[in-house]
Amino acid sequence: MSDGFETERADSAFVLTARGRWEIETVARFDAALRELDPGPCRKARLDLAKVEALDSTGAWAIHRTREALRARGLAVEILGAKAAHSALIERVAAAHPSEEPAPPPHGGFRALVERVGASTIWMVDEAKSVVAFLGLVTIAIGRSALRPKRIRMTSVVANMERSGLNALPIVGLLSFLIGVVLAYQGVDQLTRFGAEIFSINLLAVSMLREIGVLMTAILIAGRSGSAFTAQIGTMKVNQEIDAMSTLGLDPIEVLVLPRIFALVITLPLLAFYADMVGMLGGGIALMLLLDMSPAQFLIQLNAAIPLWTFWVGIIKAPFFAFAIALIGCYEGLRVSGSAESVGRLTTQSVVEAIFLVLVLDASFSILFSSIGI
Amino acid sequence: MKPSTPSDQGATNPAIRVRGLVNKFGETVIHDGLDLDVQRGEVIGVVGASGSGKSVLLRTIVGLNRQAEGSIEVLGREVGRLNEGEREALRRHWGVLFQDGALFSSMTVAQNIQVPIKQFLDLQPHLLAEVTALKVALVGLPPDAAGKYPSELSGGMRKRAGLARALALDPDILFLDEPTAGLDPIGAAAFDSLIRNLQQALGLTVFMVTHDLDSLAAICDRIAVLVDKKVIVGTLSSLLRHEHPWIREYFHGPRARAAGTGA
Repeated sequence: MSDGFETERADSAFVLTARGRWEIETVARFDAALRELDPGPCRKARLDLAKVEALDSTGAWAIHRTREALRARGLAVEILGAKAAHSALIERVAAAHPSEEPAPPPHGGFRALVERVGASTIWMVDEAKSVVAFLGLVTIAIGRSALRPKRIRMTSVVANMERSGLNALPIVGLLSFLIGVVLAYQGVDQLTRFGAEIFSINLLAVSMLREIGVLMTAILIAGRSGSAFTAQIGTMKVNQEIDAMSTLGLDPIEVLVLPRIFALVITLPLLAFYADMVGMLGGGIALMLLLDMSPAQFLIQLNAAIPLWTFWVGIIKAPFFAFAIALIGCYEGLRVSGSAESVGRLTTQSVVEAIFLVLVLDASFSILFSSIGI
Repeated sequence: MKPSTPSDQGATNPAIRVRGLVNKFGETVIHDGLDLDVQRGEVIGVVGASGSGKSVLLRTIVGLNRQAEGSIEVLGREVGRLNEGEREALRRHWGVLFQDGALFSSMTVAQNIQVPIKQFLDLQPHLLAEVTALKVALVGLPPDAAGKYPSELSGGMRKRAGLARALALDPDILFLDEPTAGLDPIGAAAFDSLIRNLQQALGLTVFMVTHDLDSLAAICDRIAVLVDKKVIVGTLSSLLRHEHPWIREYFHGPRARAAGTGA
């Protein structure tokens, strides 16, 4: 006997005989037919459930829905032959009053697009405001620490220097070396056409020392340490460790934020210097091979090509980049609320914002240096 | 083909049969030769000290943790001997409610309920929407909760939503991990009576890990106490007379007296 139902009209009554299993997967097969019952002119209906072998909540719902649909057409409906457990389930389902599914949240459309653009614009302005407010808090805390240097947590500063500085040496070195090699090859390729391949050294030195060394390091550290700051502080926020700190009279900014900022402001210039040197080494080796120069020739040419200022212009930017990265990393970490999911979201956001700020700062420095003629 | 439902099998066949279960983490033995039968249609409460392996037992039965030794039969099938297809089919016959609901945070409540349904069946959109709304109503959530995300719900509502997801396919066995933890006493009592009510209406077998003496008294047919790496099973009244010191302490301690069990 297959699962389903059949209908007949007997004695001016509409009779539906259900049989077999009325469970979610079987109901799915005959649900469409069940929605299109035609009782004709009958005034009474009987739902005969004596042959139902198994009933789950979906089957009970289908019977309840059918009963209500027939009642809505003005029929008197009775359920016959149901096992005690089955009729109990049908009444439980009826008592639950399931409603129609609520309308899904509105998506798409031009209006929604405009709304989203507006909302994210407002959000960006708010975000900028609160970053500035956080900058103020940090500045005050730095001022306090400057008055009482004993309160600076040196252990934490050193630990953070190790994590974000020392441990980053391999990756920063590898990246800079390879970029140096790439610059050398590209420079020689292009400049050979003008017979000016010796100027590849200028190209390498200026781009590596002024811009690429420090910029690549800053971007790498934003991804490596800025995100770590957000994740560390965010996890502490989720564990209510920050709240515990506040109730113990410890200032989270002094304990968590300042050591990270100090550590990065110290290590990023060192890392940038290291990146400059390794990058020049990589580019230098490539140039010596390509142009058939001795190391001494290379150094003489390099010395003549660029003033020392080129190097300082790059390094000077590093502490500012470091401050921006650490500030954003800690700020986003402290903004974590409640769920572990927000740690992930804000970590991503912290990296994006830190890189954005680094590039904005770099552009500002370029304009500044150009206007004062360096 | 789906595996047969309980009605096809002998009534003597328990819903869950655990024999000689051994669980270890490194050198630490959690369960040592544990035997447990859960009968069809009963509510069994599992209690025990913190670290006695209540949740590990639940996780082992549903296959989230592999036992070192012993056999576990669920609905007459030995879980360890099934191939992937059979295990998949068996999973359709149980639902698990984790402690805080474990709802998928990127989906609405309605979408959460639809995950298991879509995994196993291909329903018409209309019927799917009706079944979803039915589950939302059965667990006592307001209709507008269906369109909300888990982060927008209170703890009690998240548990109800998790229960709705666990019940999405009308399982035979419902596993609950500390269903009333973190709820206020009124919310906990309401959740207890919801579970009892659904258990009776849907004919569920309920395996419930709990710390809540009120839940034990209110809805459990039998209680399994995890002591000395094994379980001692009995009804509340028989356990009240049990000699084991931990069980005496548990059912006759000050909190038990406050809950009215240890008179």
